[in-house]
Amino acid sequence: MKPAAKVYTALIMLFLFAPIAILLVFSFNEAKSLSVFSGFSLYWYKELLRDYETLNSVRNTLLLAFSAAVISTVMGTAAAVGIDKLRSRALRAAMDTVTNIPMINPDIITGISLMLMFVFVGRLFGAATSLSFWTMLISHVTFCLPYVILQVLPKLRQMDRSLPEAAMDLGCTPLRAFFKVEVPEILPGIVTGLIMAFTLSLDDFVISYFTAGNGFQTLPIRIYNMTKKTVTPKMYALATIIFFVILALLLISNLSDKDAEPGSAV
Amino acid sequence: MKKFVSLLAAAALLCALALTGCGSSSETLTLNVYNWGEYISDGSEGSFDTVREFEAWYKETYGQTLHVNYDTFASNEDMYNKLSKGAVSYDVIIPSDYMIARMIEEDMLLPLDFDNIPNYQYIDENFRGLYYDPDNQYSVPYTYGVVGVIYNANVVDEADAGDWDLMWNEKYAGNIVQFNNPRDAFGTAQYKLGLDVNDTDKALWDQALAELKTQAPLIKSWVMDEIFNMMESGEAAVGAYYAGDYFTMLDNQADNVDLRFYYPERTNYYVDAMCIPSCCQSKELAEIFINYMLSAEPAIANAEYTYYASPNSLVYNDEGYLDDLGEETVEILYPGIENFSELYNRFAYRNLDADALAYMTTLWEELKIS
Repeated sequence: MKPAAKVYTALIMLFLFAPIAILLVFSFNEAKSLSVFSGFSLYWYKELLRDYETLNSVRNTLLLAFSAAVISTVMGTAAAVGIDKLRSRALRAAMDTVTNIPMINPDIITGISLMLMFVFVGRLFGAATSLSFWTMLISHVTFCLPYVILQVLPKLRQMDRSLPEAAMDLGCTPLRAFFKVEVPEILPGIVTGLIMAFTLSLDDFVISYFTAGNGFQTLPIRIYNMTKKTVTPKMYALATIIFFVILALLLISNLSDKDAEPGSAV
Repeated sequence: MKKFVSLLAAAALLCALALTGCGSSSETLTLNVYNWGEYISDGSEGSFDTVREFEAWYKETYGQTLHVNYDTFASNEDMYNKLSKGAVSYDVIIPSDYMIARMIEEDMLLPLDFDNIPNYQYIDENFRGLYYDPDNQYSVPYTYGVVGVIYNANVVDEADAGDWDLMWNEKYAGNIVQFNNPRDAFGTAQYKLGLDVNDTDKALWDQALAELKTQAPLIKSWVMDEIFNMMESGEAAVGAYYAGDYFTMLDNQADNVDLRFYYPERTNYYVDAMCIPSCCQSKELAEIFINYMLSAEPAIANAEYTYYASPNSLVYNDEGYLDDLGEETVEILYPGIENFSELYNRFAYRNLDADALAYMTTLWEELKIS
């Protein structure tokens, strides 16, 4: 890299990470301020642990992200296998387009349309309220699905077609051939899809905001709703914890990747 | 393979249906409360934990376990959208005045049974019969407030402070922050010019726009809750916000910042009140909760936590509460309660009709583009 490019990259990194760094530092602030650092203290971490509504929303967020990731990975993998088997080009193009809709559609449109749909269906069944954890889960699966499909499809295309055929030749049932031969081949795609789905669900605000029901608020919604007043430094503490957990996970996964495939540094 | 996929999909669907089917049918009672974020004393920093205390109190008084589902919203409009679509159902909501007027008009609120809310007697006369609920049928006031101008005395010359002119003072160009929502921003100009904020005459709105355009070059940025950090750090020196929030800023101001506050002659007054929406599942429970919120301990704790003024005489007559706030704070937070209803009915924002709202939005876009 030329020196100018290096400086440029450094600047970009600085602007990207400076806010996070400030947040980390001020989570240890004694006072409430984001401008004056009056002394090191773990006060806000203690406050965070006492704030059951926030902890509850963290739990909700994780529960939702985990379920949405697992369901969309299973459904997405199945869908990818199905799409991969399609013979007709037109049908395949149609499936691709449909898959892309949740990705290119602005979140707010997806969110509102899903909410209206849930309300409509809820009325059909005469329910008093239509939104709940389940509607939120369906919404999250909806927008996670395409990402899983897009991770798994290329792996299927890379795979040697004759492998599952050989397995079946040797007496495997199609189902067994799928789990014994195809799945291990496309596993990296499935795992990436799972992780992406988990991250997307964890991060989502807009769609969740419109589809959240009674008594089930996720962390992004809770933080957003704090803006009538200011967001308290408890949230900086929480963000710091999340940051380090994710950093640790990334480091572990990168290190284990290196162990497994010495040639392919990520 | 097709079979497998469809089986899988069917299984997933069945699972979802089965799990949705079995709702909570246990003995525990549930009360769903929908309030603004950070708008109730929640036990943080050693404060009174209203929701948990209510649950404990209920158990003690009625011998039954009650669970409060406490959810928050970020704006009246968000709350309205969710409720009006029938997407969610709550038993108690705490919207602002103009939204209450609109919800009453649309039959979205239930009249309260005040036999279940005896503590309503503590609500001051001045907060009864306000325009949004003229017959006191639907709402119980929770907090109220007045918009004032906040400035940093280390930057602003005391002599310049006074009325809305400070926010148009060229001396402080680049140091002024303005509301980032059309209603409040236009409001500052309308109050400054002495216009009626609820008049839908387009010519008057054009006049307000012209006034805002003269202010635009002086403005550092358009803010909502960002104002807290900007004023506290001294990044901005002049801005309008609610009196209660001024005290939050005062608590956190940097060493070289000296924040002061004053009320312009004409300004916005608001009241947030507790209501029961028509989708309520257990009205009596909701009324018990509202009554509880009006009793001394929770009412004082909430007033202290939110830093907004309380219409509850148990609060503003409480020695301990007044001592905690200090004389200066009380003076600003409770500026003459005697003629509140008169000022309120004269100056407060009311719900604009759709035409006026649309026109305001158009003008707002024009302002932000220019």
